[in-house]
Amino acid sequence: MSAVLVKDLTMRYRGHTALHGVGLEFQENTIHGLLGRNGAGKTTLMRILTGQEFETSGRVEVFGQAPRENEAVLRKVCFIRESLKYPNYYKLREALAAASIACDGWDAAFAARLVRDFQLPANRQLKKLSRGQLSAVGIVIGLASRAPLTLFDEPYLGLDAVARQIFYDRLLEDFAEHPRTVVLSTHLIDEVADLIEHVVLVDGGRVVLDADADELRGRAVSVSGPAEAVAAYADGVPSLHRSALGGRLRVALAHRPDGPADGVSVEPLSLQELIVLTTNQGDPK
Amino acid sequence: MDESRPLFQQIAEQIESAILDGSLAADSQVPSTNELAAFHRINPATAAKGVNQLVIDGILYKKRGIGMFVATDARRRVLDRRREAFGRDFVEPLLAEARRLGLDAEDVKNLIEKWGEGR
Repeated sequence: MSAVLVKDLTMRYRGHTALHGVGLEFQENTIHGLLGRNGAGKTTLMRILTGQEFETSGRVEVFGQAPRENEAVLRKVCFIRESLKYPNYYKLREALAAASIACDGWDAAFAARLVRDFQLPANRQLKKLSRGQLSAVGIVIGLASRAPLTLFDEPYLGLDAVARQIFYDRLLEDFAEHPRTVVLSTHLIDEVADLIEHVVLVDGGRVVLDADADELRGRAVSVSGPAEAVAAYADGVPSLHRSALGGRLRVALAHRPDGPADGVSVEPLSLQELIVLTTNQGDPK
Repeated sequence: MDESRPLFQQIAEQIESAILDGSLAADSQVPSTNELAAFHRINPATAAKGVNQLVIDGILYKKRGIGMFVATDARRRVLDRRREAFGRDFVEPLLAEARRLGLDAEDVKNLIEKWGEGR
């Protein structure tokens, strides 16, 4: 069953189209990666899914219903944005208490454990926390909410590598015990590549890649060698990138050609390399 | 993990290697999907796919409600399969590089004998 179903979704602002006929599906109880460059349309999409913005046209369903002003659906959704704002007087306790009321699946013991993991100060006003600590508060709320649909939009501004690893480890552990639909929007592709089961790549307001992450690994290849041999081997296969040096040629191909690789070397591309190359190609600029 | 190959395949291969070197004995229990996912820091569904592939291949079997176990003849099966793949995975690239260097099969044989001495 799908947690999110989007068909032909277009979002237009004055003089600017943020999403062009986007279609996608997020299956239930799966960790999805929503990838793309800044300004690609990821945040707009997530704001529409969480009822914070209304689409210009198209169909949007979250757990089978339109999210727009739909309390029943929105109670199942937790959206952790890049810079969450809290009321001025809020301390950690108030923020967690507010979240516990908003989220039916809230686990206070898990929240307390995460607070210890991230070494968050309990009695300081949130506005006095560092950027990274504030990001950690968002992550604690997102994880402890156990919301059936949890969206993280670049949740780690200011978080160091150790804290990010704590986030990934706790997410995986808790997801294993309490499966739910998680959408992770990030440009740290290499860091999340192993966590996500499904990848959607957005570029210039369009979905340019939508696939099982493991299926993409090793699908694309880099072929290098003498220019003629490479050209002959690569003939007829869509190329993502091409660079030449002297008489040698290197091309990135969307998939491995069928013929024998005579006199050329063929290296599989990583998920990250494939995504970077796909994004560059799709760049309208 | 190697980002240029499907992770489920790598999980399956690691379990196979553990069976091959004896660290997972016949009829012993294999780590759970969640344990594998946490250890390798990968998605549990991906780990499950690797384990399920080995069930399909007859290398692991499932005990309902308990977990996955190593099939009695698993080591034999893994050995057969790896030996089958040995030519394609190791000998073929070896000979391809030899050709580029102007070495023929006889040269390679001599090299193998020389490097194999005393091992």
